[in-house]
Amino acid sequence: MARGKHPLMKCRHCDAKAVVNMRQHKLALCGPHFVEWVHKQTERFIEKYNMFTRDERVLVAVSGGKDSLALWDILLALGYRADGLYIGLGIDGGLSYSDESHRYITEFIEARGGDLTLHTVDVAGIYGASIPDAARLTRRGREKPCSVCGLSKRHIMNRVAREHGYDVLATGHNLDDEAAVLFGNAMVWSVDYLSRQGPVLPPSHPGLARKVKPLFRFYEREMAAYAIVRGIEYMYDECPHATGATTIRYKELLNQLEESSPGIKLQYVLRFLKAREQHGLFAQVREQLDLRTCPTCGQPTTNDGACSFCRMWERVNDRRIEQGL
Amino acid sequence: MVEQQQRRSTPAEDEVILTYRRKTFTVAPGMTVRDAITRCGLSPEATLAVIDGELVTDEVVLQAGDRVKLLATISGG
Ligand code: SF4
Ligand SMILES: [Zn+2]
Ligand SMILES: [Zn+2]
Repeated sequence: MARGKHPLMKCRHCDAKAVVNMRQHKLALCGPHFVEWVHKQTERFIEKYNMFTRDERVLVAVSGGKDSLALWDILLALGYRADGLYIGLGIDGGLSYSDESHRYITEFIEARGGDLTLHTVDVAGIYGASIPDAARLTRRGREKPCSVCGLSKRHIMNRVAREHGYDVLATGHNLDDEAAVLFGNAMVWSVDYLSRQGPVLPPSHPGLARKVKPLFRFYEREMAAYAIVRGIEYMYDECPHATGATTIRYKELLNQLEESSPGIKLQYVLRFLKAREQHGLFAQVREQLDLRTCPTCGQPTTNDGACSFCRMWERVNDRRIEQGL
Repeated sequence: MVEQQQRRSTPAEDEVILTYRRKTFTVAPGMTVRDAITRCGLSPEATLAVIDGELVTDEVVLQAGDRVKLLATISGG
């Protein structure tokens, strides 16, 4: 069917039909100009926030979803030294969630000639139980495995980055992720998190990689559009445990505000960062953080002995032995 | 064969059909993509529309016979 029959909104830079209209920027672009814009913006954010340089080695945490694959694609297109890290969580949920996610990553690599480095960590193979099984075996995750999952992912990312000498760990968090987390933290005035949350997290400990979020100023919708325009096939279905997550509810709320006030999500995050950087908001909290070293794994912890990750897995493995698993 | 196909598609020729995950919605032509998304109970801020395999902007006015694929863009747990 001919598309010509639709009245066209034109690209700002050429005569072609726009495929994306970003109301918060009053900017409509065609496919090629949108891709160019995303690349230039990412480069600008990486420089502006001192995320990393072309000499540094970047480890990109890829989940198979749109954001992380888009991030890897963008960094490679920009000529950065970016390798991937996939963490096999062992989540099935009736849709082979983890296996399918891995398949999208494999396809992404094959589509680029297969010449990319991907570190794969199979949680069950290395630690003894999949994330859902570990969650069932510990008090921490009776209802939802997310806390066990988040704790494990953070630890594994740090570990792989350190073992392989990466300078930076990059994740695909977008503006909507940042805004939802900020909203959640501000709802309960979690000053600890509010003092740290941001696009760059300096290493809190010697030997740890710096954590960065190069996509944090792009809307989630733009990242989905980027994946479609670039022909990146990604895991469209959500993790089965994400349903009903508070993050998703916050995102929906913020999108309702965005509908009538384009740009409000972006301003919410940017002005928060500005208040902190330029006006010292939460500066005192940041200085108070007292970190020690976990004697078992060497990663930072606020605990007096083993870190939460090591304690949790010790409990899981004790239970496995008790239950003869 | 041709006739059968025509007959099957005739009733929908004058309407617009939108699909979202496993759901199907029907709206009248003349509405913008943005309004149609809202009509389906979705947020235009969290939805993208694809017609004939191509992304379209929200301002596009839907025409009779359009088949629109709606994609959710919210993720995360
Ligand atoms: S939704 Fe929960 S279990 Fe699923 S990947 Fe996210 S944190 Fe892990
Ligand atoms: Zn253009
Ligand atoms: Zn530890």
